[in-house]
Amino acid sequence: MSRSPRKIAMALTAVAASLTLAACSAGAASTSTSSSSSTDAETPTEVTIGFGAEPASLDFTTTDGAAIPQALLDNVYEGLVTMDDNGDIQPLLAESWEVSDDNLTYTFTLASDVAFSNGDAFTAETVKWNIENVQSDNWTISLKSYMDVVDSVEVIDDTTVAVTLSSPSNDWLFRMTTRVGAMFDPDAVDDLATTAVGTGPYVVSSFNLGDSLVLEKNDGYWGDEPEMDTVTFKYIEDANAMNSALLSGSIDAIPGFASLDTLDQFSDESEYQILEGGTSAEMVLSLNNASGIFTDVTARQAVNYAIDRQTIIDSVAGGYGQLIGSMVPTTDPWFDESLVDAYPYDPEKAKELIAEAGIEGETIRFQVPSNSDTQQVAQLVASNLEQVGLNVEIEILEFPAQWLEQVFTGHDFDMSVINHVEARDLATYANPDYYWGYDSEEFQELIAAADAGTAEEQVEYLTEAAALLSEEAVSDWLYLQANITIAVTGLEGLPMNSTSESFNVTDLSWS
Amino acid sequence: MLLKLLSRTGILLASTLVGSMIVFGLLAVLPGDPATVALGVNATPEAVAQLQQEFGTDRPLVVQYLDWLGGILQGDFGTSYVTGADIAQQIGQRIAVTGWLVGTSLVLTILIAVPLGVLAAVRQRKASGTVLAAMSQFGVAVPSFIAALLLINIFAVRLGWVPSGGWTAPVEDPAEFLRKLILPVVSIGLVQGAVLSRYVRSAALEIMREDFIRTARAKGLTPLRAFIKHGSRNAAVPVVTVIGLQVAGLLVDTIVVERVFVIPGLGSLLFDGLANRDLLLVQGIALIIVCLILVLNYIVDLLYIVIDPRLRRQLA
Repeated sequence: MSRSPRKIAMALTAVAASLTLAACSAGAASTSTSSSSSTDAETPTEVTIGFGAEPASLDFTTTDGAAIPQALLDNVYEGLVTMDDNGDIQPLLAESWEVSDDNLTYTFTLASDVAFSNGDAFTAETVKWNIENVQSDNWTISLKSYMDVVDSVEVIDDTTVAVTLSSPSNDWLFRMTTRVGAMFDPDAVDDLATTAVGTGPYVVSSFNLGDSLVLEKNDGYWGDEPEMDTVTFKYIEDANAMNSALLSGSIDAIPGFASLDTLDQFSDESEYQILEGGTSAEMVLSLNNASGIFTDVTARQAVNYAIDRQTIIDSVAGGYGQLIGSMVPTTDPWFDESLVDAYPYDPEKAKELIAEAGIEGETIRFQVPSNSDTQQVAQLVASNLEQVGLNVEIEILEFPAQWLEQVFTGHDFDMSVINHVEARDLATYANPDYYWGYDSEEFQELIAAADAGTAEEQVEYLTEAAALLSEEAVSDWLYLQANITIAVTGLEGLPMNSTSESFNVTDLSWS
Repeated sequence: MLLKLLSRTGILLASTLVGSMIVFGLLAVLPGDPATVALGVNATPEAVAQLQQEFGTDRPLVVQYLDWLGGILQGDFGTSYVTGADIAQQIGQRIAVTGWLVGTSLVLTILIAVPLGVLAAVRQRKASGTVLAAMSQFGVAVPSFIAALLLINIFAVRLGWVPSGGWTAPVEDPAEFLRKLILPVVSIGLVQGAVLSRYVRSAALEIMREDFIRTARAKGLTPLRAFIKHGSRNAAVPVVTVIGLQVAGLLVDTIVVERVFVIPGLGSLLFDGLANRDLLLVQGIALIIVCLILVLNYIVDLLYIVIDPRLRRQLA
């Protein structure tokens, strides 16, 4: 009788000891990769992709956030046009379109025999209903304002529809590739939060809050059949948990991989592939142009000379990321290479400008959102600025709640840093009420002219506008974030760039 | 006896009411306006004002509180600011998941702690007792999330025996449910078990010094048998109190462990709710947790009476 407890005690001791040993070896061998292989467990027509942010519902007409269109746009809901991986507008439900000479009327020729997943037909009437629906009170998200420019929609015949704008807008067709251009079935919009009826190659087979969203192939799809029968969007907020899920084979890919310091776990090329693409996410050091010391252009230029952007890319983003010099991603047609070197890292020059502006020893109130990347960037920025004789007082604000309230809405800051992920957001500088408080009539005119002009004029004016921002050092554009995707080997057709609102899964296949 | 029961119940209700005020008040004064967060970076001041009116967050705090409490008394926790979903329903779905996690972890905690603690006490002067005490000391020092990361690294990533996270409902697939449950439960149970075992050990040690144990030992019983036969009931009283308190610790552990193991329970809901300033949701969950802990203490109080006949006599 008295023997067995001793045995138990010894067994427990052994377990504890082996756990301790395993812990040590786990630390020592953290650079080696896992021996498990996810492809064994997967049938060749299924794939599971890991994402950080999950949709709150399936309804992007009333719920904001990037996660819903990421899963549903192009895969379940389709628009007249779509954005390809290079950032170019391509036909989808509209086979082709013509623009009138005054740039006001777009006449779309629709693909014929398109049906929704419930069997309802998609026609020119559907397009008219959808555009008017975005303009109605049924849509409540603020992005609906992109449809304000539409004056009227005319159904010409079943497969032809003409959309007339109240003023010429290049931006409108681009926005039609986003969620506002998604085509719904007018007879199936009563329960958008839980039921998605679209014309796309997939239907939502289950949506498990807090866990995953599963897409199944739409058997009656009008276009080319996708390779995968089942695509699961698995939602894992914690970066460590996400890595473990890929290492243990419960997911097959992580798009938009953010924890770059853990990248070496996936360095075994026989098991994992690391894809590098572009994004529209600019890491912006925003300066308050409307009040405080940064109302002075010389002070802003001093900051631009004082910051060592390449070092920030190397230490915060693992070397992945591009210098841009203005608010333009490299994939936009108006990206101007020459702006990259407008303010090279030059602390001496920065000191001169600080003296010129008379702000030596001034204290900058630096409001930093609580994300890990922005906090790291903030430390480097602060040390750069302190080297040239400025004082920096960092205040960490919880993101999004506190940051939105104090900085974005309250404009109570001198300097902040945040990743601006929205596509084609150069135009936000034309809004004098936007949080960085830049009010330039010249810039506003350039943006307006670009939107109203021809496609060539758009490029010309926006290039000029981007150069103006750089010249006036309105912000310091630290870098353009890279889009890193990690996937198990054999998974092909992953979107390389994050140019679109959707994560398009229609080209995925196993080799 | 009945009077005592009534007064305990009265205390429970009063502290629940005070708890609800604290939960509501603390969260309401948290910086970050729900309407601003809901609208994000495209917000205009007019839209924010309109949404505040819609949410009712522009009204005086007292009015908001009474409105909230009144709803809850009728089982209505309101609708989420972010998703528009019914909060009572959301909490209901998640609480089942967390219930499984807390329940099984508690069982494992007790299974580890009681034998470990008793053995460490009765073998106090032997090497094995010292080793057991040292092991529990080590366990106390490791937070659950570290244990969780370690276990994931070994059993999911390296060995591939179990998934690194996720959740399957037991009715859906019992085998898969167990496979996914085991690591989270072990990571909570090991740590909480180590903590509890130290209380069990000191409770048992105290009993071992009592005269009646010495008498029992003099009659030829081994220390362990003497304890089991004569001392275990006495030692149970302080241990039950600690277990009651420990459930609160368990709940806190699950919040973190749910995140690490990607388990859609109350903890992850609370996490998301906080980040999105979904105040009504967070207030609802916090109130539920406060109530759970108060009710547990109430049950512990009643359990004393069952365990210890002396208390029963005093009350009578």
